[in-house]
Amino acid sequence: MFATGNHAVAYGVKAARAEVIAAYPITPQTQIIEKLSEFIEKGEMGAKFLRVESEHSAMAACIGASACGARAFTATSSQGLLYMSEMVFWAGLGSFPVVMAVVTRTLAPPWSIWNEHTDILSQRDAGWITIMCGSVQEAYDTAIQAFRIAEDRRVRQPVMFGLDAFSLSHTSERLDLIGQEGADAYLPAPEGHWRVVDVQEPATYGNLVGPERMMEIRYSVKRRVDDSAGVIEEAASEFSRISGRAQTGLVEEYRTSDAEVILAVVGASSGDAKDAADLLRDKGIRAGVARLRVIRPFPAERLGAALRGCRTVAVVDMDYSFGYGGIIGREVASVTGIRPFNYIAGIGGRDLGVRDFAGIARDALRRGESGDERREIWWGMKDSQPSL
Amino acid sequence: MLLEIRLHGRGGQGIVTAAEMIAEAAIIEGFYAQSIPLFGAERRGAPVSASTRISESPIRRHSQVKEPHIVAVCDPLLLYMKEVFNGVTEGTLLVVNHKQEPQLEGFRVAIIDATGIAVENGLVSAGWAILSTVIFGAVSKVTGLIKKGTVLGVINSRWKGEVAERNLRAAESGYDGVKTW
Repeated sequence: MFATGNHAVAYGVKAARAEVIAAYPITPQTQIIEKLSEFIEKGEMGAKFLRVESEHSAMAACIGASACGARAFTATSSQGLLYMSEMVFWAGLGSFPVVMAVVTRTLAPPWSIWNEHTDILSQRDAGWITIMCGSVQEAYDTAIQAFRIAEDRRVRQPVMFGLDAFSLSHTSERLDLIGQEGADAYLPAPEGHWRVVDVQEPATYGNLVGPERMMEIRYSVKRRVDDSAGVIEEAASEFSRISGRAQTGLVEEYRTSDAEVILAVVGASSGDAKDAADLLRDKGIRAGVARLRVIRPFPAERLGAALRGCRTVAVVDMDYSFGYGGIIGREVASVTGIRPFNYIAGIGGRDLGVRDFAGIARDALRRGESGDERREIWWGMKDSQPSL
Repeated sequence: MLLEIRLHGRGGQGIVTAAEMIAEAAIIEGFYAQSIPLFGAERRGAPVSASTRISESPIRRHSQVKEPHIVAVCDPLLLYMKEVFNGVTEGTLLVVNHKQEPQLEGFRVAIIDATGIAVENGLVSAGWAILSTVIFGAVSKVTGLIKKGTVLGVINSRWKGEVAERNLRAAESGYDGVKTW
């Protein structure tokens, strides 16, 4: 079939037989929940759809459903994600295996509906496993894998997966479905083994915890998220087997083994980076691409193995932490010990294409050769390049 | 082979739908394809754009089409907008919705009276001619990759009954009527 990234997510959530969907519409996410409500209305999907009055309530409802052992899903974007934030932390720190799609969109002000990754990255300390998709097909594949990862007994943590606004959410591509039988075999009905609420046994939850217990509770979340790395790889390789499509676990490597320059990227523009690598290789420059599919747990070892040995690494961030730098660039530097050139690009949805990535790779090589100490470059600025 | 097509029109003319249908038809013809809307201010009458990529190999890139091989211009007044000519070279084919050949020296031009065909087939909504199926037919033809039967098949999968009939006629007229030099 032929579908947008948003509809691909809806097909994936349907195949995963989510039982409770609570969501509030926001551009560019709306198509996801429109399609899901259409499935439910037509009787093609057995889920309960809760029309809530805000994203905060959407996540609160998902947590409630999850606490009763149900498979819960929501989707949001940008301002909606920030409004939901209190409950996002509640789900993560409370180990509720909710699954959420985030269509990444620039935060206001000024008002914007276009792509940027700062919104999803703002929730990176919430205890959620965080994945970024690279194509329409991967949005579908990831939606199904997300439930399996979240519900795994070794994990039992929520999973959010991101899609770039418009360039993935509204772009249509070929989409292959795995069929309901395949999906059911891959993802059996939820056992609800994480269930904490029993309506027959009323109790209070989320009560005050003093300093004598909190550290251990936090440590258990840490361990679950850390341990999810192996589960994510397993979920991907098992999905490769049943779908016949090669899946990426934590990090996707493209022509990196002999590369003199590697573009480290996140999301849908990784495809443009790969095309740029091919273009550069035709011109005698050995370029490669390392795509971080998973942001949390940060794949330090896997990424370090991909990048170490390469002379020049350019990390492209479509996000920014003021007073600090590109979020991914800084994290790559801190966990791998590599000093990458950090390109801030695509901010506010500014288009980032094959020529940009080729230009970035060439620019990084030049800076590397000349011993340039400037590590942060704002790429594609219309006014003069600021000196940093 | 990577063929990049960009459609320029006005909000309400059905440009995004046309871009999707071209990609669907290309997939049926055995190619890989992708359609990308360029979202801005979605208002009826405002200039809008959408793109389609067709390739023999999987399409990995997701950026906007910047160096199109084909540019469809669904309102001749848009020929005065510089955005329409972004990345256009001597080799680019401009498919213009016009009754006569516009004066565009130095460019390869094809014309199709899309508005006339749409109105003839009753494809009008709130006073606006809906051009999606005519443009779909005309652009499919000039790609040289999509058969007329495939175009009609895509329309039959989207609409039923009398609406389908009108759109089938419009697409066929677009396919047969596009004039190149």
